[in-house]
Amino acid sequence: MSGKRIGVFVCHCGNNIAGTVDVAQVASVMAAEDGVVCTSDHAYMCSDPGQNAVIAAIKENALDGVVVSCCSPNLHERTFRENAKAAGLNAFDCEIANIREQCAWVHRDPGEATEKAIRISRVAVRRLGRSRPLEPIDTGVTRRVLVVGAGIAGIQASLDLAAAGLDVLLVERQATIGGRMMGLSETFPTLDCSQCVLSPRMVEVARHPRITLMVSSEVEKVSGYVGNFQVKIRRQAAFVDPDLCKLCDDCAQVCPVVVPNEYELGLSARRAIFMPYPQAIPATYTLDESSCLGLNPVVCGKCRDVCEAGAITYDRKPETVVEQVGAVVVATGFDLYGQEQLGEYGLGAIEDVLDGLQYERLCSASGPTKGKILRPSDHRAPKDVVFIQCVGSRDPARHCAWCSKICCMYTAKHAKLFKHQVPDGRAYVFYIDIRSGGKGYEEFVQGVMEEDEVMYLRGRVSRVYQDGDKVRVFGTDTLSGQNVEIEADLVVLALAMQPSAGTAAIAKTLKISRDKDGFLAEAHPKLRPVESVTAGVFLAGTAQGPKDIPETVAQASAAAAKAIGLLSQPRLSHAPTVAQVRSRLCTGCRMCVDTCPYDAIRLVQGKAVVTDVLCEGCGSCVASCLRAAIQVKNSSPLQMKEMIEAVLRV
Amino acid sequence: MAEDPKTPYEPRIVAFLCKWCSSAGSDLAGVSRIQYPANATPITVPCSGSVSPQYILTAFRKGADGVLVSGCHLGDCHYLEGNYLARRKLFLVKELLEFIGLEPERFRMSWVSAAEGAKFAQVITDFVADLRPLGPQDKLQGQRP
Repeated sequence: MSGKRIGVFVCHCGNNIAGTVDVAQVASVMAAEDGVVCTSDHAYMCSDPGQNAVIAAIKENALDGVVVSCCSPNLHERTFRENAKAAGLNAFDCEIANIREQCAWVHRDPGEATEKAIRISRVAVRRLGRSRPLEPIDTGVTRRVLVVGAGIAGIQASLDLAAAGLDVLLVERQATIGGRMMGLSETFPTLDCSQCVLSPRMVEVARHPRITLMVSSEVEKVSGYVGNFQVKIRRQAAFVDPDLCKLCDDCAQVCPVVVPNEYELGLSARRAIFMPYPQAIPATYTLDESSCLGLNPVVCGKCRDVCEAGAITYDRKPETVVEQVGAVVVATGFDLYGQEQLGEYGLGAIEDVLDGLQYERLCSASGPTKGKILRPSDHRAPKDVVFIQCVGSRDPARHCAWCSKICCMYTAKHAKLFKHQVPDGRAYVFYIDIRSGGKGYEEFVQGVMEEDEVMYLRGRVSRVYQDGDKVRVFGTDTLSGQNVEIEADLVVLALAMQPSAGTAAIAKTLKISRDKDGFLAEAHPKLRPVESVTAGVFLAGTAQGPKDIPETVAQASAAAAKAIGLLSQPRLSHAPTVAQVRSRLCTGCRMCVDTCPYDAIRLVQGKAVVTDVLCEGCGSCVASCLRAAIQVKNSSPLQMKEMIEAVLRV
Repeated sequence: MAEDPKTPYEPRIVAFLCKWCSSAGSDLAGVSRIQYPANATPITVPCSGSVSPQYILTAFRKGADGVLVSGCHLGDCHYLEGNYLARRKLFLVKELLEFIGLEPERFRMSWVSAAEGAKFAQVITDFVADLRPLGPQDKLQGQRP
């Protein structure tokens, strides 16, 4: 058949494979397979002795092909291909048969599992039988990184990347950078002020010569491949020129429109022309097109008339720019779980029931109450405040199954801040259990319980309703076994963290996957926690899963380091498993040209020609060709036929 | 296996799994130790869109009792639109099978993401269960193309 001399190496993986699959039998059956000249099994093929055994066998038996029957190729394909290269073979002279994840771990019957392991190994042998040695395709690299989302994760990643000498394009959907952290008051467990920590970093971003900032912008389309992405970004019309705006507030004074301020989470109002925060970056007023009376001097035009700097222009249009980058860091952050699902807690219906982020604004010195904790209904300082944890979290039956991780800590902080302002007030916390893993976290919570005398009640709340000017809270204290009824002035809900609204769309745009909860999925949960499955796309912050600020910053720096490592290579390589045309058979029908999602195929003198660096090797063209004139290297129709036969051989 | 009259009929399935979603989903089923029948042998392909109808017919000719093509969810294709191409093309395969007198239920498409280990196991379990009443496939077995 192929004339190759193939060795098959079957891994026990301790008991992981050998516990179900008869490894020795797999090896002995594979010894009879056409083209196989030697087989062996080993307790841990990926260990140093295991890899050395493979190298020794390659040399001893003059092998020109190796099949390793072991775990998923996602884990060790690279290991064994590098190992084969060390023995003088080509990377494509090594194939992995996944007999762990796809076999030993999912079947209990040893007989059935062993038979399936044999079939899987046979498929790999047949694939290898007709594989040809291939060398990676060499491509150039753009030393510039796109960072999507300018919260603390995006800011940290951008600064790290820029410090390493890379150009950064930082794209933010909102009118200012800073993200969720900008809305926080003090941060646990040190109670340092969030803005004081963040603002200098924001200014640094704005001033850094290597960082290009694009606010009110969204990534629309990404094409290309690692090292060479083309990114299409749509920027909303900027009606106020940030270079001319003097921040005098004259425009907001005359604006007749009053709408809820989304940056204050609806706790105060703003004009149609406004500044999101006093510390906003870029430091400029912003005109919200959707609430403005119409950008028409005949209708209103007050702000433009009053602006002495002449910074306001109405005839601006959204623009689309195309930029080149070599890598992408996604840091699109989180939203709180939707209030509409949580009727029993009265959020949205009762004025004095707030979510955690709204309460942060009440505590914040730059917030709507200038840092005074006042309840929204009558602007009085509350005396009895109930904090409810795990609202939406850890409730797989009705809401989110996951733990949002930060709520135990910020609720303790919320209660502490309240007690600092209202020492004679009473704070109650309903909790399931306290999760305070982290440096100084447990001590912080203990301090809140003991020194600040916050009443912790272990149990859930069944109902919250308005009773006169009070909010009545029914709950259970499961430690004393008693029902609890509290007449509260203010109720604060620690809502679950969920991926931000734009996460699904950006995942689709970048072709990266999401986990079952909608957070961005890392390439490997242990070994590649900041990479996505798409080469050159890295993950940072809460878009990947709930985490606190230190963890977010650490992950952002890790993502930046990964991108720096990638782009520090002088050239990058592109997978060589691309489509190739057998010109003799090509009739120039254009089917493949029209099918290719990457525009990698064109007709030259009536025959299809593939541009290798554009081809991603998806094989859509192969399935479209009526004459079998196009095939992906090392996945030929003949190979497929032999693999199918290998599955079904009796 | 199926040839031995003493042992019950075990459907033999060729499962074409795309590398990015369904193969990763099958890995997750493994990592999560979710058990499912051992009847389906996976062949990893870059994309469900690369599965030529030819491969499916070859599998039936070689005696497969069922053929599965599993890719990323529609709209989530790693290669932008490969699974749409697959769906369009493979729907026709289903019709073709019916036309030539083979039960179209022997061919199945599914969309399993990398996060759906449990779904992958369920797809295989269901497919095996649905193939059992159909008995061995001998209509196309051994046929020349």
